[in-house]
Amino acid sequence: MDDPAGPRPDPHVENELSIHHSSALYLAQDDSVINFDVAGLVDQFWANTVDGLSQGSIYALVALGYTLVYGVLKLINFAHSEVFIYGAYATWFTFYGLGFRPGPTPELAVFELIGFLLLALLAAVLVSGATAVVLERVAYRPLRNRGAPRLVFLITAIGASFVLQQLIFIWRGGNPEQAIRLLRPEPVFEVFGVAITNITIIIVLASILLFFIADTFVNRTRFGRGIRAVAQDPDTATLMGVNKERVIMLTFLIGGLLAGAAALFYMMKIPQGASYQGGFLLGLKAFTAAVLGGIGNLRGALLGGLLLGLMENYGQSLFGGEWRDVVAFVLLIVILMFRPTGILGESLGKARV
Amino acid sequence: MTLLELSGVSVHYGRIKAVSDLAISVNEGEIVTLIGANGAGKSTTMRAISGIRPVSSGSITFQGEDITRLRADLRVVRGISQAPEGRGIFPGMTVLENLDMGAYARKERKNLAAEMDHVFTLFPRLAERRGQMGGTLSGGEQQMLAIGRALMAKPKLLLLDEPSMGLAPQFIQQIFRIITEINREGTTVLLVEQNAQQALSRAHRAYVLETGSITKTGTGKELLADDSIKEAYLGVA
Ligand SMILES: Nc1ncnc2c1ncn2[C@@H]1O[C@H](COP(=O)(O)OP(=O)(O)OP(=O)(O)O)[C@@H](O)[C@H]1O
Ligand SMILES: [Mg+2]
Repeated sequence: MDDPAGPRPDPHVENELSIHHSSALYLAQDDSVINFDVAGLVDQFWANTVDGLSQGSIYALVALGYTLVYGVLKLINFAHSEVFIYGAYATWFTFYGLGFRPGPTPELAVFELIGFLLLALLAAVLVSGATAVVLERVAYRPLRNRGAPRLVFLITAIGASFVLQQLIFIWRGGNPEQAIRLLRPEPVFEVFGVAITNITIIIVLASILLFFIADTFVNRTRFGRGIRAVAQDPDTATLMGVNKERVIMLTFLIGGLLAGAAALFYMMKIPQGASYQGGFLLGLKAFTAAVLGGIGNLRGALLGGLLLGLMENYGQSLFGGEWRDVVAFVLLIVILMFRPTGILGESLGKARV
Repeated sequence: MTLLELSGVSVHYGRIKAVSDLAISVNEGEIVTLIGANGAGKSTTMRAISGIRPVSSGSITFQGEDITRLRADLRVVRGISQAPEGRGIFPGMTVLENLDMGAYARKERKNLAAEMDHVFTLFPRLAERRGQMGGTLSGGEQQMLAIGRALMAKPKLLLLDEPSMGLAPQFIQQIFRIITEINREGTTVLLVEQNAQQALSRAHRAYVLETGSITKTGTGKELLADDSIKEAYLGVA
């Protein structure tokens, strides 16, 4: 998941400060694949932090979908990565449909820009939400009605993920859609010498806002209470008059809506991100984030997402760009070794306000 | 007037038939008890009535309407509420939230506070623990919560599956007193119990279930006096 747009300077660029080189600890000779670029880590710390938070926000929003579905069905919905990428395509096609083309970023008035972005948000959210609901209806509900074992659900999830990917491949081919940008990243203010861009601000603030809306919905509303009840004890929930099927549908819908929003932010950050396989790695990392924070736990998803975004960036500076994805999964393994249920550990049921 | 009627009801778990050809009726205003040994099929019968276990044959009518195929959550809306075996407390919800779940199906939610006060009057202990997580309550407290929660639905028919299970002797007395009180206030009760002595002395009528079939029925008093019942369920030789 490279991000040519983001403010992530290359840690290997020669630094004028001589301490950079002298304090870099090399594991072996210069041709070693791994080196501990401590100075790079320090130099880039704040830039990495800011960028990590915006990338982490996207992970967190997608992670919420994994966590919600897991909480209610104890199912890892591997096809959620495609629910996400369908939102990215919806964003791209909305931009395209509005008359924008790959190439230079257009000059738009602020209200125009906001209007277009909201339109793209609406499209992404609807497409991802609908994809999630249809997926549930077509792939999982028939299995539930037959009382299929857990493993069958898991295999179906993986299969559904491929089917959704291949549908895009057949339709749009293997190349990513060319970047269409509505908003150029521009610094708004500086913190610790790091320029905070408009895009970063939008992504982080909107993600946190969406998280709080989702969290409030689950913990404070009647429907949310139904979701928690099904997560904790499905049979008893039914005895309380909760319609389990509706709760399940709603859970997929919420996860889909959040993934759609994440897709728009992703496309603002990485405009060439709409590719048929584009959901795979991001989905895997969002799932990692959910497990990291404690799967089934909404706050865990937020924490895990942000943490993963940060650690990846720090790790990239320290070890080099090619280690970025390795860092994510090593972090997962290490955390699970010490806290097998994730950092916050509780299930969706037990998460409380 | 008959509130609930089961006729010819059989329930299977896979190939195994757990209850067979049951005929049970509960009249409005009654306490009816279902007694029987472990594995006789009492809980299965309760699950069939509340709809979380489908029946394989026979029919269930409630207030004169066939509910055999009605979804379980809609039966709650009709007025059937159950405190299940094992209590079914939501561990990650507070006492208040659990009680609120009991009222989940209710359309009118105006008198919720009054209902909750009523539950707290019946079980003052719950009032003290209102903010505590369900999962951290003691077994007896959970049992109170399960009954109180079922009452929050303002049921016409209250199904209680072994409400005295795991309770201290002096508290068993109290639970049965409360059940009688709930009944006096107008709620019909179908009660499954191991504690046959208490159940039969509180109940208007009773059914005896043995390995999935009804073998005896009568008023509570009649069965209390029945020699074979005395021997099998009351521990009197
Ligand atoms: N989920 C299940 N799968 C298979 N068999 C079951 C299941 N639940 C119950 N049974 C069987 O059905 C029969 C009746 O069980 P049920 O729980 O209704 O008994 P019970 O009368 O409530 O007993 P107890 O007094 O011990 O609670 C038992 O033989 C039991 O083993
Ligand atoms: Mg039982």
